[in-house]
Amino acid sequence: MSKFRIDESREMPAVSTASLPDIVFMLLCFFMVTTTMREVTLMVKIKKPEATELTKLTKKTLVSYIYVGQPIPQYQKTFGTEPQIQLNDQFANASDLLSFITAERAARDESEIPMMITSIKADEFTKMKIIQEVKEELRKAQALHINYSAKKKVDLK
Amino acid sequence: MAKKVPEIPNASMADIAFMILIFFLITTTMDVDSGLERRLPPPADPNQVQTDIQINERNIFVVLVNAKDELLVENEWVAIKDLRAKAMEFLDNPKNLITLPEKEVKEVPFFGPTEIVKNGVISLRNDFGTTYGAYLAVQNELVAAVNELRDAKAMQKWSKKYVDLTEDQQDAVKMIYPQKISEAEPKKVGVKK
Repeated sequence: MSKFRIDESREMPAVSTASLPDIVFMLLCFFMVTTTMREVTLMVKIKKPEATELTKLTKKTLVSYIYVGQPIPQYQKTFGTEPQIQLNDQFANASDLLSFITAERAARDESEIPMMITSIKADEFTKMKIIQEVKEELRKAQALHINYSAKKKVDLK
Repeated sequence: MAKKVPEIPNASMADIAFMILIFFLITTTMDVDSGLERRLPPPADPNQVQTDIQINERNIFVVLVNAKDELLVENEWVAIKDLRAKAMEFLDNPKNLITLPEKEVKEVPFFGPTEIVKNGVISLRNDFGTTYGAYLAVQNELVAAVNELRDAKAMQKWSKKYVDLTEDQQDAVKMIYPQKISEAEPKKVGVKK
């Protein structure tokens, strides 16, 4: 059966790698489009509470974040273990919120200001005292549209 | 004659692209933020004279959360899982009970004259010592109660979920079940000094 005889002299050709850069670039573009840059490094520990009635924050550029939680171990020496507020990349007091919101507003286009949302990302076990202070300050700053950040509750029914 | 410029080798192109890819994988996140959307009341006007608005007892649904995350709803100890049903009963008042809020016939677009709860308000008060998780769970249940009622109404009328309705239809349903949740100043009992 000469038809099926394996030709010893011919070798299997190597897979061409010429298209590898294209493939990788394609992946790269995919990730660049679908992901967003990490805005801040978290200095507080946050375990989000669970909820069912969630709305998604779609317009990322219009959202300002307030983080509340216990400082992570490396900051506990200076800031203690009590929950702290983190704005941008530093710890802050509730009284700093007014200037924070003003700065956030100044960074946006004037027409976008009414659509701005403040997202409160707080740890599940934070006491309401500090959240209440944040809310009071937000009311004073007229940043009334807020979003309590939460995870989708997994229903085990 | 000018020297021939050697071609740039592109064998390392893939490596460079891989490096950029890995950089992007590390520095970016993919998760979409979601959360419970609420509106805060505007700041209290200091010049405004405090007037006692008399709201009939039956029109208020009092929810108290203490520092131990326990719930007191309408003077009754209630577990968080039963809150939604209670709130729904309050907001709908299907049997027109005297203990639940008054109803009133109102002209609603699409529905015609409908009996709706006139001014039922949910009043939520928490303690300074309440944990945020418990507070959010309560808020979630209250919002869920309203959403569930709206969904049911939308299903009954248009066989669609509330979110799938047009804006006018949503407004009509909103008129029947408004989301009135008021938050009172919290108590300062359970705070360690």
